[in-house]
Amino acid sequence: MPLYHDDDQAMLAETASQFMAEEGAIAKQLRHWRDRDCKDGFGHGLWKQFAEMGFTGMLVSEDDGGLGMGSYEAGIVLEEIGRNLTPSPFLASSVLAATALKHADNNARERWLPGLVSGDHVYTVAIDEGAKHRPETIKTRAEKSGNGFKLTGQKDFVLHGASSDMLVVAARTSGSDDDADGITLFAVPKDASNVSHDAVRLVDSSMATHTKFDGVELDGDAVIGEVDGGREILNAMLTAGRIGAAAEGVGVASGAMDMTVDYLKQRKQFGKLIGEFQALQHRAAHLYSEVEIARAVTMKAAQLLDGGSEKADLMASVAKAKVAKAAGLAVKEGVQMHGGIGMTDEYDIGLYMKRDRALQEFLGDMYYHAGRVADMSGY
Amino acid sequence: MSDHEAFRAEVREWLEANCPPEMRQPVKDEDDVYWGGRHATFKNDAQKAWFEACRDKGYTVAEWPEAYGGAGLTPAEGKILRQEMSRIGARPPLSSFGIWMLGPALLKFGTEGQKQKFLNEIARGEIRWCQGYSEPGSGSDLVSMQTFGEDKGDHWIVNGQKIWTSYADEADWIFCLVRTDKENKYQGITFMLFDMASEGVSTKPIKLISGNSPFCETFMDDVKVPKSYGEDIPGYVGEINRGWDVAKYLLGHEREMISGAGGGDRTAAIGAAMKRMSGELDAVLRAELAMFDVDALAYSAMGEKFLDEMKAGKGHPAQPNMMKYVGTELNKTRHELMMAAGGSRALEWESEETRGGKPARNWLRTKANSIEGGTSEVMLNVISKRILDLPGA
Repeated sequence: MPLYHDDDQAMLAETASQFMAEEGAIAKQLRHWRDRDCKDGFGHGLWKQFAEMGFTGMLVSEDDGGLGMGSYEAGIVLEEIGRNLTPSPFLASSVLAATALKHADNNARERWLPGLVSGDHVYTVAIDEGAKHRPETIKTRAEKSGNGFKLTGQKDFVLHGASSDMLVVAARTSGSDDDADGITLFAVPKDASNVSHDAVRLVDSSMATHTKFDGVELDGDAVIGEVDGGREILNAMLTAGRIGAAAEGVGVASGAMDMTVDYLKQRKQFGKLIGEFQALQHRAAHLYSEVEIARAVTMKAAQLLDGGSEKADLMASVAKAKVAKAAGLAVKEGVQMHGGIGMTDEYDIGLYMKRDRALQEFLGDMYYHAGRVADMSGY
Repeated sequence: MSDHEAFRAEVREWLEANCPPEMRQPVKDEDDVYWGGRHATFKNDAQKAWFEACRDKGYTVAEWPEAYGGAGLTPAEGKILRQEMSRIGARPPLSSFGIWMLGPALLKFGTEGQKQKFLNEIARGEIRWCQGYSEPGSGSDLVSMQTFGEDKGDHWIVNGQKIWTSYADEADWIFCLVRTDKENKYQGITFMLFDMASEGVSTKPIKLISGNSPFCETFMDDVKVPKSYGEDIPGYVGEINRGWDVAKYLLGHEREMISGAGGGDRTAAIGAAMKRMSGELDAVLRAELAMFDVDALAYSAMGEKFLDEMKAGKGHPAQPNMMKYVGTELNKTRHELMMAAGGSRALEWESEETRGGKPARNWLRTKANSIEGGTSEVMLNVISKRILDLPGA
């Protein structure tokens, strides 16, 4: 399979690009909700529009009412989300939670998927415990209790946790904190008792929660997949989520770069367009190269995942790390090359820097993923 | 079974039957690479058998038309062949500047007669070519070159000097940029073809910091270059005075080649090999290796995308400059890290254990990667002007 869009994918890219540039634009979404101190961090109206476009259920199988597309197609949409800094629950709901629900039984799929596909519901995932992404260790415990479970622990960096209708929670049902086995995934509805959210606004104006589970009673139906068999599903979620986050990061990087290159062609100093200065040209050209490569490896990782390749996991980490490097460079160079106005809230380039920072951290930063590449390669 | 799967199965079977086990080992020494040419010798029977099998099958230049010595594979089939060769670690059966550079130029700009003669000679490994581009006063500013061909009717008399001609001392023929109009900078260069055995041609190897001499200075002292080698076989490619078009096209190919696009998947990441070599890795070196492996693996995906796009006529025409820039810088970093992991053993210049100082010599050799075929700085200039459309200085 060649590493470029086929006709259908090219059409999807064009549609998503137009839609996001119009409906998901920075002024219309990110600034709009931020300036109103929105407690969700995104607009539910746009989420309904996502549903009308078919985006919400892209990864949901056709049997379950979705489009049955792959990670590659989700990446196409995410790149446009990134380019426009469009706040939405797409990554958490339509990629991460949807990937988990693929492994759920019929009852659970019937309960949760229609609301996702229709855009009436928003879901999220609760994985991290602590300020850094370390999914190898899971301390949150679900003890057997009657016919169900009792969930106790704390999760962090739960994207729009307080606005979500359901949380996919990774918890330990056996073994010790660092064991690979003994993990179970639960679908925790928002009205479950003894769940408390400490909602915080993040640097990029998105909302996340520290979520406490204080003996949350769940019935057996809440289990996604098999009891103690959740690690594999969690890994599948992480791989899809990391590739998705990488795709969004490629969009952030491209958006910041395009804005910066445009600025180099407009701003005059010393009687010249600053884009005429070789010192800036070379940095812009280097940045272009890094962003191109970041896009290529993200597409490759998605293709591998969709093709069921065992290399997908490694390439997901390569992609996440490479995109972090490239996007980090794009936003830093972006602010620097914009000069003073790059520091103002009025200009969008700073928003790219903030979004990039949050995205870098989500599902593991470049240090985590480069370390993972070394581990998986055997050194 | 789809056509492609059937082709893959066929290729696998053919490789299994024809690629000797010795030819599935990584290239270690210079004579592991077969370059062909009038004076070529084979290192061993396996090298000979592998070359001859590929030559007879058209696999030395698999995607060239059959009439010119290739196998006429489609781009998709070519990719499958490369994948299958890479899977078993098969060495290229024949390496040459004819395949990488002159061939593509002739396919695009050559006459039918030139293609029949020269492409077949290249495909069959009969003639080894070298490239005459740079001059002592014309490196990055190549178009300022001054080697001059005086028009004598049916031939030119060429005088001048080329430098950095790779393996000129072992080549049979040269494709050479010669100025044929002193008044016209860009449209005054002709892309000539002539025999290195011609009277007046001499070469002198240049000793590099690696101690090796892969490059020569090439002197042309009243060399007679015919305008024609027979019916429909001009002694130049493209049109007279329009050789710069050919040269530019070829530089694109050279950049692709130097960037190592498409290959290198097996050797892209180095961390694991470094650990095997030196045991425990210092924590910070391990971290540097991990960051490098991220870059290298990402670049190999870029190489795949780049080749796929190129074959489909997609992608920006100046993209080879980006590939060349990143690929060569990456290779320099790779060898820096290999030296670091290798420690004092890697410093040895002549020992048996290092096969004559390979680590150090290879490390030094890579420093030329970002100079030859257009410096990194020139690549960045091209990217900023042609791709990013930044204003000219």
